[in-house]
Amino acid sequence: MPSYISKCAGPPPLVFFSSASIVPSFLPFRFSCNTLCCWCHSFRPSLPSVSTSPTPPPLSKCAAPPPLSDSSSAADHVVQRHHRRSTLSLHSAMSIFGGMIARKFSSATTRSLHVCVVGSGPAGFYTAEKMLKAHKGAEVDIIDRLPTPFGLVRSGVAPDHPETKIVINQFSRVAHNERCSFFGNVTLGSSISLSELRQIYHVVVLAYGAESDRVLGIPGEELKGVHSAREFVWWYNGHPDFSNLTPDLKSTDTAIVLGQGNVALDVARILLRSPKELSTTDIANHALTALSESSIRKVYLVGRRGPVQAACTAKELREILAIKDLYVNIKEADLVKTSSDEEEMKNNRIRKRVFELLSKASTSRSPSQSSGQRELHFTFFRKPDKFLESYDKSGYVDGVHFEKTTLKENDSGNQIAIGTGEYEDIKCGLVLKSIGYKSIPIDGLPFDQSKGVVPNIKGRVISSSNGGENEDGLYVCGWLKRGPTGIIATNLYDAEETVASISEDIEKKEVTSQKAGREGLVHLLENKKIKFVTFGDWEKIDFEEKKVGSLKGKPREKLATWNDLLEVTTK
Amino acid sequence: MFISKLWRLGAQASKGLSKAPLTIPSRRSFFPIVQNDSLDASSRKLFSTTNSQEENEDKQKISVTFFDKDGEQEIKVLIGMSMLEATHENDIELKGACEGSLACSTCHVIVMDVEQYNKLEDPTDEENDMLDLAFGLTETSRLWCQVIAKPELDGLRLALPAATRNFAVDGYKPKPH
Repeated sequence: MPSYISKCAGPPPLVFFSSASIVPSFLPFRFSCNTLCCWCHSFRPSLPSVSTSPTPPPLSKCAAPPPLSDSSSAADHVVQRHHRRSTLSLHSAMSIFGGMIARKFSSATTRSLHVCVVGSGPAGFYTAEKMLKAHKGAEVDIIDRLPTPFGLVRSGVAPDHPETKIVINQFSRVAHNERCSFFGNVTLGSSISLSELRQIYHVVVLAYGAESDRVLGIPGEELKGVHSAREFVWWYNGHPDFSNLTPDLKSTDTAIVLGQGNVALDVARILLRSPKELSTTDIANHALTALSESSIRKVYLVGRRGPVQAACTAKELREILAIKDLYVNIKEADLVKTSSDEEEMKNNRIRKRVFELLSKASTSRSPSQSSGQRELHFTFFRKPDKFLESYDKSGYVDGVHFEKTTLKENDSGNQIAIGTGEYEDIKCGLVLKSIGYKSIPIDGLPFDQSKGVVPNIKGRVISSSNGGENEDGLYVCGWLKRGPTGIIATNLYDAEETVASISEDIEKKEVTSQKAGREGLVHLLENKKIKFVTFGDWEKIDFEEKKVGSLKGKPREKLATWNDLLEVTTK
Repeated sequence: MFISKLWRLGAQASKGLSKAPLTIPSRRSFFPIVQNDSLDASSRKLFSTTNSQEENEDKQKISVTFFDKDGEQEIKVLIGMSMLEATHENDIELKGACEGSLACSTCHVIVMDVEQYNKLEDPTDEENDMLDLAFGLTETSRLWCQVIAKPELDGLRLALPAATRNFAVDGYKPKPH
């Protein structure tokens, strides 16, 4: 019997099992032993209530070498202490079974379908989930440039919307699937190129979203104090790329938000909510401090068109209108509807209900506003013409020069904003542009610059928008595929379409080539000395954040710098 | 023999999974996390959400049928139980991303008969807000997580929204009424 098995104080039946096993290679023994060693340490008699204690003892003693490839996810799960007990035991059970049986049929694994999903937000996870379900032999690896998964669910959803983040539970279940692995801190482009990925995997699905912004292209856009809403949202959500944004909230009482979509409403609401209410959310600490010292009391939500065209939805509007002690100003003159407006609203339930809410808010506002009260102004029919520079503080924004607009129907029957030649200035010290996200192209990837997406047909990447050839084995899902629109659930249907395309293609052209898959990826990353983050490592971050958060009455205290995040993963 | 032993042990493990709390592993059992004396043949459901399954068997159940692109499936739901929970226990392909907190629209169902739709209680503003965004919305759409089983709903027939759609790059917009 190999020595590491006798060291493992495992129960005699396992030893019996091992020796009676018909598995030829000794790898499964080592693999099973890793699992059990970690177990033994976990369940030593001196630690009787390891599953019930709130802060389980450290499990660093597992000296067994990390198991190979897909078994790593299972072993990792075993050493994670804040797993649900049933999941722990299920994974332990599966790891023994899986290890032995998988190794026995190891020749089959090299013929299994190797899939890589780039991006671990909703699009990535829904795609992974559907691929795992549709193809029982598929091995899915999800890579993300951040050490933390879940994309915008973690870094985009507002801190005061915790229910929207519950979907993370579903995604975690996918990550815990035996055939799925997460690789964080792996950037497509710098850590690994697209061509390298396509060599290692049969199928590559790009779901890396839209990490840039549309630009207005007007003078003064580079002035200090002008930020994109995306950066501001990442800042208050503790995204490690923007923890140093340090927006100046102390030298002005007015902020202008350009755009009237849900992201615009989010940033306005975070600026206007009382810090006390925010202090019990998972807002990043540096943001909470800044907002507690903020002098901003007035926020303008400015749209180029009218209330009928406002891009926000009822839930978010209802929420912001219900903020306590908030004076909401909507000019009644702006609420006059034209026949084109009526036509637009006729078949659009969302527009109808949003308009009703705005109308009600306009007429029901309190007659007088007290001084120091926070104000929200819905400003319609204003197009930004240029940003005004401060005379006192050179290089800083002082206000926005707007052109008044009117609506006109274009050739496609849509109402667009046309300048009237009349102008108006609104003074402010902070501008947040919330006019839309944009995807970033990478080397070797076809990209449609005007639409900001990867050209594709039903998720199959094509070489150009003008009907080029299909790029073999390359697919897209999510915002990268259809543009930055929709809600989390939209990706459910999007992923279904992409996976249907993948399945059709696999059926038509049977997978015969052997690809390195997960082992190839690990090998490549190790050669490049890239310290990738596993899902188990993320769970260490998760545990740490929740632990510190609970001391402060928050659901979690986000680790907001690269150093902090990566340090915890090494523990 | 090896396979049958594996099978039996696997069956033991899966039964054991429904047991809580986890106790110190017995050195004698193959799976240290399962106590032999804690195995209970009557408790077969994995990750069971209710503790008193035996009591509930006496209560009445209503029948609900789901229609999707693959066919139809009938399930039985205990009166007073959340419909969405019952649906998940029967492995119907219906998501509940926000787990019933009215923060998504993934549990969207379409009631096939208007009369049955009218028997349901009116949706709240909050439910309507999320229905606004639901995929393939119709006049008789509801969010399933908001419906609790009651006797009048026996024989309810529901359709799941069609799964595949063309996602045009210029933005497919579902057509609500």
